[in-house]
Amino acid sequence: MDIAKELLAGNRLALSRAITAIENEYDEATEIMKEIYPHTGHAYVLGITGPPGAGKSTLTDKIAKAYRSQGKTVGIIAVDPTSPFTGGAILGDRIRMNSLTLDEGVFIRSMGTRGSLGGLSHKTADAVKAMDAFGKDIIIVETVGVGQSEVDIVKAADTTVVVLIPGMGDDIQAIKAGILEIGDVFCVNKADHDGADKLVRELNMMLDLDANSMMTSDETKKALQDQFHHLSAAIMAPTTGWRPSIDKVVANQNEGIDVLLESIHKHRVHIETDGELAWRRTKRTRDEMLDILESDIGRYVKKRIVATGRIDGYVEKIKNHETDPYSVVGELLQEMLK
Amino acid sequence: MEKKIRVLVAKPGLDGHDRGAKVVARALRDAGFEVIYTGLRQTPEQIAEAALQEDVNVIAMSILSGAHGHLFPKVVDLVRKEGMNDVLIIGGGVIPETDIPALKEAGIAEVFTPGTPTGDVVKFIQEHVKA
Repeated sequence: MDIAKELLAGNRLALSRAITAIENEYDEATEIMKEIYPHTGHAYVLGITGPPGAGKSTLTDKIAKAYRSQGKTVGIIAVDPTSPFTGGAILGDRIRMNSLTLDEGVFIRSMGTRGSLGGLSHKTADAVKAMDAFGKDIIIVETVGVGQSEVDIVKAADTTVVVLIPGMGDDIQAIKAGILEIGDVFCVNKADHDGADKLVRELNMMLDLDANSMMTSDETKKALQDQFHHLSAAIMAPTTGWRPSIDKVVANQNEGIDVLLESIHKHRVHIETDGELAWRRTKRTRDEMLDILESDIGRYVKKRIVATGRIDGYVEKIKNHETDPYSVVGELLQEMLK
Repeated sequence: MEKKIRVLVAKPGLDGHDRGAKVVARALRDAGFEVIYTGLRQTPEQIAEAALQEDVNVIAMSILSGAHGHLFPKVVDLVRKEGMNDVLIIGGGVIPETDIPALKEAGIAEVFTPGTPTGDVVKFIQEHVKA
């Protein structure tokens, strides 16, 4: 099967096989990406993130249904953790999305983190592109249940929704750094539980402090954005001139989903009109290119060095403290780049 | 290039007991497989479609209600019809010995009955999967 051609022609098995090639880093993946790349850039990418058990999968299911009722097609990438010990994983996000399985306008793919630390890997970004080229209007990336610093999703998504639930900690949690800084839209799920209003209050306080602080003056942000241009791995600065909304939902009862969708839409309109979306996408393209450059060079150099058969000798020397890894790498690189 | 065996663990039919399926899922995880678990009460159509979207190498079904004779072969048919000819399809659960030859005839590669050590399932997959 010519995977790229079949994918572009709308063959679901081809899309599935393309994502496998991307995940397993098959040689053909690069060729597939080259062929489908011109057809990407049309989908709107939504990130759903939050702590384990916040209801991300249930919410993703309901959001996908709401978009379907608007006539839009939806791709879903659901990420769950890979065991660092065995490399195995239980990918269980589909359990909450079973009623979407037979909807032809929806394609769901589960992915393991396979060792990436920020909660997402560049493979996720390529899987998004495959769904984009396939023609999905909206692509939802549901992250692994995050802790406080898995913030990679902002690099991949146009709008990031942070899902929180009441009863997860005191008010100091709300002013810590990390995932609370990345939300374009906040969603308080399980809002029928005690403490939902308190959580909304605390989030409001945090966001209002934010709006008054130096960090969010538009000038500072633009300066930050310029600065970020020079740091390949840096995170996006928060959206300029945008005060994130906080929506209460009860995802399993389908309550509040319309309002949440409206907030997402408002954010989309905001970033489309003030140039932020274009900026984000430029930044993303740049980061991706540098990432590919870095990993390809790394792989190439490593392959050549391993081929010399000298690695073990170096390791032995380093172990005996006759030399150090920094000097060895320096020497090898100099040799190679001659 | 890193190949990873992906297994869909599915519960076709109407019985609500997935303890066995979960134990197997866990054992497969510990063997380093990626296990996609879809939950209870799946129709053959849902199982086949999930297998396609997830591009799995193996479909492992568990059934306790006695409907295996109807549901297992149906899944095989649907999966093959989608062009996934390499997928290894296995079954387990409360299945009488006398039913097993017919299931194998229908394309179920192996049937595991109660008391099977989970290691046997892992080994069978490792030896028979076409990756």
